[in-house]
Amino acid sequence: MLPTLLSQVANGLVLGSLIGLIALGYTMVYGIIQLINFAHGEIFMVGAYGGLAALTYLLPAAIANQWYLALPIALVAGAVIAALVAVAAERFAYRPLRDAPRLAPLITALGVSVALQEAVRVFYPDATAALPFPSIFIEGTLEIPVPGGTVPIKYAGILLALVSLALAAGLQVFVDRSRTGRAMRATAQDRDIARLMGIDPDRVIVLTFLIGGALAGVGGVLYGGYLNNINIDMGFQNGIFAFTAAVLGGIGSIRGAVVGGLAIGLVKSLGGQYLPGGTAYDYVWIFVVLIVVLVFRPQGFFGETERVRA
Amino acid sequence: MTAPILEAAGVTMVFGGLTALKDVSFTLRDGEIIGLIGPNGAGKTTLFNCLTGLYAPSRGAVALRGTRLACDPARVTAAGVARTFQNIRLFPGMTATENVLVGRHVRMTQGPLSSLLHGPRFRRSEAEAAERAEKLLAFVGLTRFADELARNLPYGDQRRLEIARALATEPSVLLLDEPTAGMNAQETQSTRQLILAIRDLGVSVVVIEHDTKFIFTLCDRVLVLVQGELLVAGTPDEVRGDPRVVEAYLGAPPEEIEAQIHRSEV
Repeated sequence: MLPTLLSQVANGLVLGSLIGLIALGYTMVYGIIQLINFAHGEIFMVGAYGGLAALTYLLPAAIANQWYLALPIALVAGAVIAALVAVAAERFAYRPLRDAPRLAPLITALGVSVALQEAVRVFYPDATAALPFPSIFIEGTLEIPVPGGTVPIKYAGILLALVSLALAAGLQVFVDRSRTGRAMRATAQDRDIARLMGIDPDRVIVLTFLIGGALAGVGGVLYGGYLNNINIDMGFQNGIFAFTAAVLGGIGSIRGAVVGGLAIGLVKSLGGQYLPGGTAYDYVWIFVVLIVVLVFRPQGFFGETERVRA
Repeated sequence: MTAPILEAAGVTMVFGGLTALKDVSFTLRDGEIIGLIGPNGAGKTTLFNCLTGLYAPSRGAVALRGTRLACDPARVTAAGVARTFQNIRLFPGMTATENVLVGRHVRMTQGPLSSLLHGPRFRRSEAEAAERAEKLLAFVGLTRFADELARNLPYGDQRRLEIARALATEPSVLLLDEPTAGMNAQETQSTRQLILAIRDLGVSVVVIEHDTKFIFTLCDRVLVLVQGELLVAGTPDEVRGDPRVVEAYLGAPPEEIEAQIHRSEV
């Protein structure tokens, strides 16, 4: 009993911190330009494929099983490729539509999403099938003894959770304390006045996509290393979860994205284990929770009741 | 008289078929407080928008210390012209201190990389900015609200905070758009003291106000804008006694209206 419960909690926290990491990208972009960047899940997927490509082509086979070499190479490659793709999407797809009606960039985001999937397919033609992803961390499982048995957690899962939470915490400090973070918040609250104060909104927006993309790229690589396989649908699935997490936590809030992500991870793993229907219904429980929370707290956990905009 | 610091020459602003400003020229001298009055819709705020680069004038130019100002709000702020807004435009979800720090942005050069690396130069410039923000908040009397979100400040204090933020850009010219709107007599009085103190810092000021008594007792010179045209410019005494100003505010004297009716009947 207890070992099963704690194992599902552990699984939920690992998955949840990943979802939170992806959700940061949704929430930051929405906070600054009020765009739901539906392509963000694909950015996460592109990061994973970028990491895989770096491991396949950049890393000499002789040292490929040394995780302390493979891990940084894969992480940097995944982050850089995902960040570049995110910035390119902003520059060429969203920026020309910045003053267009809301629906136009939203549809464009869906288009970018399809375009990114097809672009990956050019390099990995049978990408719908699961591709093996090499191990990039200490292999094996940590067995934590508890009364009645043990709770197994993959080392790669521990890494995924710790890195995700550390990056989210770092982002929060950056946005709260740094001059650039101040510029980002100022741009989110009143873009015209921010410009008057010498802040270049375009630079802030590019930086937002860059940070969100890099975080998603890191997430993609860690996710690949955790499950040891990736496929082209991983972006869509986890993107939906992450978007839901961002809304649940209060879109625009960094803290909310992380808490929302953890909540969804736990609901998915515990609901799959204990609620009727099993894992076949875990999506249902996630959206039931979302609906219930939004009925009572439409702004999400940490959202502001009203956005004060000029 | 000292040298002109801000100079508007023939500023004309046309929106579609509407001429909002027609050939407006004036100079602001160093250390001077100018009042800008006129009926609603006379073009006062439009003139401010032209002076600060928010609008590109259809004709005419604005120069600061003889250098023509670009039609780019950020560059105008960097050149040394700051302003406040008739409808307060603070960053509502940031603290009073942060609002002032953002005003300081235009004078700081550290980019995102340097703030990530937290180099000594970055720390020094941050510390200096924080110290200046503290001084500016003290100057406008908002020290007690330093860590309060801007949207939670009382209305009059929001106006003061907007002034502090404008001062953080280190302007040589400050444009105030109805700084006492919605204030009671006591708050209005302290705003007057604040504007005088700002002038004593060496900042020249242009004030838009509807309260003509406030303007006539505060300003060195007064400009009267009516239907986009500069009707009268002069000292408070000259402007106050000018029949054209009375006419613009109250309409034509009754006998003249009567005469017009007679003419139209004929």
